[in-house]
Amino acid sequence: MSIAALGMEGGGDGFVAPDASIFWEPVIGSGATAITRPVILLVISAALVAWFLLATTKRRALVPGKGQMMTESVYGLVRNSIAKDIIGSHDFMRFVPLLFTMFLLILVNNLFGVIPPFNYPTMSRIGFPVALALTVWVIFHIVGMKKHGFIGYWKSLVPSGLPKPMIPAIFVLELITDLFTRPVTLGLRLFGNMFAGHILMALFISGGWYMLQAGGILPVAGVVTWAFAIIMTLFELLVEFLQAYVFTLLSALYIAGAVADSH
Amino acid sequence: MHMLTIPAAGGETDGGFWATAAPIIPHPIEFFFSLAVFAILFWVVAKKVVPRLEQVYAERSAAIEGGMARAEEAQAEAKAALESYNAQLQDARGEGNKIREDARAQGAQIVAEMRAQAQAEAARIVDTAQKQIEAERQSAVVSLRTEVGRLSTDLASRIVGESLQDEVRQKGIVERFLAELEAGDIRPERVGGDL
Repeated sequence: MSIAALGMEGGGDGFVAPDASIFWEPVIGSGATAITRPVILLVISAALVAWFLLATTKRRALVPGKGQMMTESVYGLVRNSIAKDIIGSHDFMRFVPLLFTMFLLILVNNLFGVIPPFNYPTMSRIGFPVALALTVWVIFHIVGMKKHGFIGYWKSLVPSGLPKPMIPAIFVLELITDLFTRPVTLGLRLFGNMFAGHILMALFISGGWYMLQAGGILPVAGVVTWAFAIIMTLFELLVEFLQAYVFTLLSALYIAGAVADSH
Repeated sequence: MHMLTIPAAGGETDGGFWATAAPIIPHPIEFFFSLAVFAILFWVVAKKVVPRLEQVYAERSAAIEGGMARAEEAQAEAKAALESYNAQLQDARGEGNKIREDARAQGAQIVAEMRAQAQAEAARIVDTAQKQIEAERQSAVVSLRTEVGRLSTDLASRIVGESLQDEVRQKGIVERFLAELEAGDIRPERVGGDL
């Protein structure tokens, strides 16, 4: 770590680069039963989302006001661009609440990563994205089995029209994809992006802070580092939106695959 | 910057495992809260928000489609009215034609009737006139016969100098004479010698 090395050269008590332990912020209790700061952030985000949605849809004007316009545009994005386009106009409507909730909850929690005073992307704690991915996993299996029947669902994993000798191999591959790859990648992608983004920003900001306090020409490097931190923050904003979008999009894709007539 | 202080503080005081655990291990409380909070928010969205938004969507598209439908309806109405006017015009035109035809036929019939009537009248008049003429001729013949008879007897009596006043004889002679005249037995004879 070159910045840490520079820091050491700059003097003082030495720079400790932020590691995974910066994510551990228990507020109430300790250990496995602790109510951590991201839990509180999640509750706050859900309350904010619920309040905003209910407040902006209360009047239901045909010509919407600003708030209603915002809610409607996000809703339109999830409803039409994700749910309708991917699942198809026949039975997308029953998944819209799920996808809409998913998108908003992830988006707001991701944005918390760069919004003071929260400054913490909830989804950088694996417990949250894994729970959401598991929810999606359970749902697309249930709707798939409802549609095709228990046996029919597993049969529908293998695309029709394959040569007979290939069927077992493809089935195993599809089974691994269906049972393991999909939920794990869905959860890990969100977690990894938020975790890495946050730790990178922590590194830039804390490193810059360290250098600003150091002597010599290091404060100049500190200013440059903070400038980068600002750019990183803007970049992070994009990633946070994209990850919420991708998570919702993939959820819709998996559901679409499960309810599709045939592969 | 508490981020910098956390590693030191959290790592020492607060159950070392979770502070230093691999970030890939889910924290049970966080996992549970994620499910619970998601479920609650999902409930709110599914029960309240989406129905409201769908209602707005439906109302808006109904308003737009309603406007379009109304416009279409008005257009259809206008078209129907135009068609009915055209049909009426057609009817009226047809009726006019029919009336004209009827009138022409009726006129022709009237003319024919009148002509027939006039011919009948003319025939009647001619007939009457002929009958009258016949009657007058008859009466003229009768009166002429009497007159000629009288005149000729007068003349004859004067010429002959004999009174032929006796009715019966006179009549018989005249009748005979006339019968001979009609039969062509009597030729006009030259009375005078110079012609």
